[in-house]
Amino acid sequence: MSNTIKVSVWRGAKDGEYQTFDVPRQPSQTVLDVITYIQRHIDPTLSYRFACRVGVCGSCAMTVNGRPRWTCRTHVDKVATDGTLTVAPLRNLEVVKDLACDMTTFFEKMNRAEGKFHPTKTRDDDFAFIKPDDKKRKQAAAGIECIGCGVCYAACDIVDWNKDYLGPAALNRAWTLVNDERDGGNEIRLAAVAGDAGCHACHSQQGCVEHCPKHLSPTHAITGLKRETAKAAIKGLLGGGD
Amino acid sequence: MKTGAHRNHPHYWAFVLHRVSGLLLALFLPVHFYVLGLAIEGAATLDGFLDWSSTPLAKLGETALVILLAAHLTGGLRLMALEFLGTRESSKTAVAVATGIAICTGMAFALNGT
Amino acid sequence: MPGAQIETKLWVWQRLSAAVLGVCVFVHLGMIIYAVQGGLNAAEIITRVSGNFLWFVFYAVFILAVAVHAPIGVRTILNEMTPLSPKATHLVMAVLCLVILVMGFRAVIGLYQAGAGL
Repeated sequence: MSNTIKVSVWRGAKDGEYQTFDVPRQPSQTVLDVITYIQRHIDPTLSYRFACRVGVCGSCAMTVNGRPRWTCRTHVDKVATDGTLTVAPLRNLEVVKDLACDMTTFFEKMNRAEGKFHPTKTRDDDFAFIKPDDKKRKQAAAGIECIGCGVCYAACDIVDWNKDYLGPAALNRAWTLVNDERDGGNEIRLAAVAGDAGCHACHSQQGCVEHCPKHLSPTHAITGLKRETAKAAIKGLLGGGD
Repeated sequence: MKTGAHRNHPHYWAFVLHRVSGLLLALFLPVHFYVLGLAIEGAATLDGFLDWSSTPLAKLGETALVILLAAHLTGGLRLMALEFLGTRESSKTAVAVATGIAICTGMAFALNGT
Repeated sequence: MPGAQIETKLWVWQRLSAAVLGVCVFVHLGMIIYAVQGGLNAAEIITRVSGNFLWFVFYAVFILAVAVHAPIGVRTILNEMTPLSPKATHLVMAVLCLVILVMGFRAVIGLYQAGAGL
């Protein structure tokens, strides 16, 4: 095994090209280490994002050899098996510069999917008592760990094919709120997530499940939304239809 | 640059198979109904067609159609299980099982007709 | 979201018809594999189906289910993979449904009544 790796990095914005660097191999090296090395020792104009470096914030998500991943949790040994690496910004998001993407649309869609809490109680009311083994609580718990890193969004083919599609993360968030007994916004929320830019556009390819670094299953959340919107439609509660 | 590397997993291929088989079956339906409708003109006309369809090439096409139908059915069952029963880790196995059953069905058809 | 009601209802119909087709296709495939033994000929098909009310009902249900299921599926594919407008794909779906119903029932009724012509 040689002691350097050939790294092709995307430079520019939507128009741009790959630039190749030779980076010395180190034991236990991550892709983030490699990018950091390039920026610090070879080309200071390289733009990229990171924060925690330890796999809890999701800021360093990029496309590595065609797959969206957290670069701080991707060991070079696992992906650069032939001594080469290709690093690009996340797919499906507008590139700001080099490896940094504009996450605005991603978060806008969280809003559009009504991924926000609608409170029903005041400070004078008692706590909501929800048992730990309550079915809805468990369903919400299964999706609540999402940190909005965008990897699922970048992995999703439907997001690629349909610019309006809300995406796995937004729909997953909506599902956690649908299951939240304390929330009062379900009528608006179900109407917001139904339709051809909503849960019904998903064909369960599970690119999201395959790539989620926290092993969540947005597909599950989306099938849950399909069932709930179906119930609502049958009761005539969806409204806003054509 | 490896484009599409993120698509190389079982559920994506299952989706492609489901979509392609569905489309091909939808296109085949009018042909199928037309042929059966030949029976209205009498058994002889239908038999004329059926003789043509006993050639090896036609048999191959028919086997392919049977596999497509079985694949679409089993793939659909897997999808409905996912949507209504919420199967999780086992669903990758389901893809493999579904494909296997589809191929077996096609083989049963091909072997039976020879 | 505009179209929420329609998309959801189409999804429901797609799954309902799929459930019906699950049974129909299973029976159909089983019968084909059994019937194709020793070759296929018209007389055999007609003998089995003509004048047999049960088979007629079975195929009538089959056609109704397919007439719902296939057009909804084709509409989705057209919406996702072609530049056709939602109105256009809706029209294609309706036309396809009609074609399947007409051609399908023509075939089934023809076979049901074919015994007389043998």
